[in-house]
Amino acid sequence: MNDIDFADLYQEVIVDHSRRPRNFGRLEHATHSAEGFNPLCGDRLKLYVNVKEGVVQDARFEGDGCAISRASASLMTEGIKGKSKKDVLRLFSEFRDLATGVDGTDRKALGNLAVFSGLAGFPARVKCATLAWHTLRAALEKDSGVVSTE
Amino acid sequence: MSSIRRDFPALHQLVRGKPLIYLDNAATTQKPNSVIDALTRFYKTDCSNVHRAVHTLSERATKAYEDARGTVKKFINARSDREIVFVRGATEAINLVMNSYARPRVKPGDEILISELEHHSNIVPWQLLCEQTGARLVVAPINDSGELILEEFERRLSPQTALVSMAYVSNALGTVMPVHEIVRMAHDRGVPVLLDGAQATAHLRVDVQALDCDFYVFSGHKVFGPTGIGVLYGREELLEGMPPYQGGGDMIRSVTFEKTEYNDLPYKFEAGTPHVAGAIGLGAALEYVTQIGLDRIAAHEHELLAYATERLGEISGLRMIGTAREKLSVLSFVLDGVHPHDVGTVLDMDGIAVRVGHHCAQPVMHRFGLPATTRASLAVYNTRAEVDALAHGIRHAQKLLAA
Repeated sequence: MNDIDFADLYQEVIVDHSRRPRNFGRLEHATHSAEGFNPLCGDRLKLYVNVKEGVVQDARFEGDGCAISRASASLMTEGIKGKSKKDVLRLFSEFRDLATGVDGTDRKALGNLAVFSGLAGFPARVKCATLAWHTLRAALEKDSGVVSTE
Repeated sequence: MSSIRRDFPALHQLVRGKPLIYLDNAATTQKPNSVIDALTRFYKTDCSNVHRAVHTLSERATKAYEDARGTVKKFINARSDREIVFVRGATEAINLVMNSYARPRVKPGDEILISELEHHSNIVPWQLLCEQTGARLVVAPINDSGELILEEFERRLSPQTALVSMAYVSNALGTVMPVHEIVRMAHDRGVPVLLDGAQATAHLRVDVQALDCDFYVFSGHKVFGPTGIGVLYGREELLEGMPPYQGGGDMIRSVTFEKTEYNDLPYKFEAGTPHVAGAIGLGAALEYVTQIGLDRIAAHEHELLAYATERLGEISGLRMIGTAREKLSVLSFVLDGVHPHDVGTVLDMDGIAVRVGHHCAQPVMHRFGLPATTRASLAVYNTRAEVDALAHGIRHAQKLLAA
């Protein structure tokens, strides 16, 4: 593990998105929303999505969390706009494989989200990055209430 | 101090290429060679069940197990070995008291009094009790420094109070509770007191007779012993009057299908094959602590905590959570603009182990309006150089991540 260092996890793009998260704040008139909770660290995240004809038009989030969870939510909201619900869920699956170090099938689809590849060396932090995605899935599945990473 | 460090093999390793700096002692402590050797010796030469066979190995195992009980008794100054029950840890000990002492006694409307800074293990068992019996959980508040407000505690003692259950030392903040006053105020009203000594036993001299508490619980692994072993101390007359916690072997005198007679104390509460190796390891751990001397340990940690408080206090943007006048071992803090989880990861890159999160004390976090803190917790083997490295690591995290 000695060759893994800080920069592998906290890549510049991640630090940038954690300091200045994009799509941060409430989305009025969202068609879908859900709240996510990581009981291990107490992070909470509220996600808003606007879906029209099965395609994500807009997504925003609010809440407080670590740099990894903030950057993940920020990059996710950027990455899912214009995608169909089905494609979004496929992206989640690909992202989770990336984060846990499982060989994926379509890394190219991840685009900017590939900056999270360093997570594989930090298993304790994977849930920080997947919280936004779990919450997104709950929102899209119209599963109201709070989802948990546990 | 370097001779003490030599006793702990785990301290001498590299983590992510850096020498390990272990500052997560409130979660669990590392183990000295004497404890590891005691476990190895048991499994290599004395492994046998206890209290059963007449063969030599069983006699050896039984003697070692009961000697460990004697060591615990002496260590906490109980009156008798009969007051020392081996359990899995502080959590099981509290659950035992909940099930065997409180549940048969409490009536709807009775109250269990705890404090706002309890670990979940001293909250949830009582909530279960309340659900089952209609009793009420009453919480005595803490102030902004993380100290129990004694007048508020006293005000909550009522004719309905069935039991007071309090941490001796807070795991999240390090506050040392005013246990002598708590016990006196409760006893003045005829209310028994359980003290949760999980965070106290490795750091200060425990004398259950001087404390005058009715129950005292602690976990072995937080005092240099193995995981999976802990102790319930109970006043003999209270334990005598309590029904068994679990049924099984070793806790009976005779069994027929019509009637079973229970064994004497403490075996009545030790159903099944106990954690023999764990108890022996715990005995070795307490002997190790005694050999160093608790006064010496307390003096070293007191000095180190003061040094660490000063060094961390110099860091701008750092806020210490928990600033009680009486405090030990724990430095819980938050940084402006850097989340505890990120601090934990950056420190880990420097080989520094700390705990981040809510420390199984979510109500304490709510009290301070925080989701989480970073917690560095000290033990006798920690040094000033390690504290310096911690301060350096915190600044490193700020530089990398603060907005």
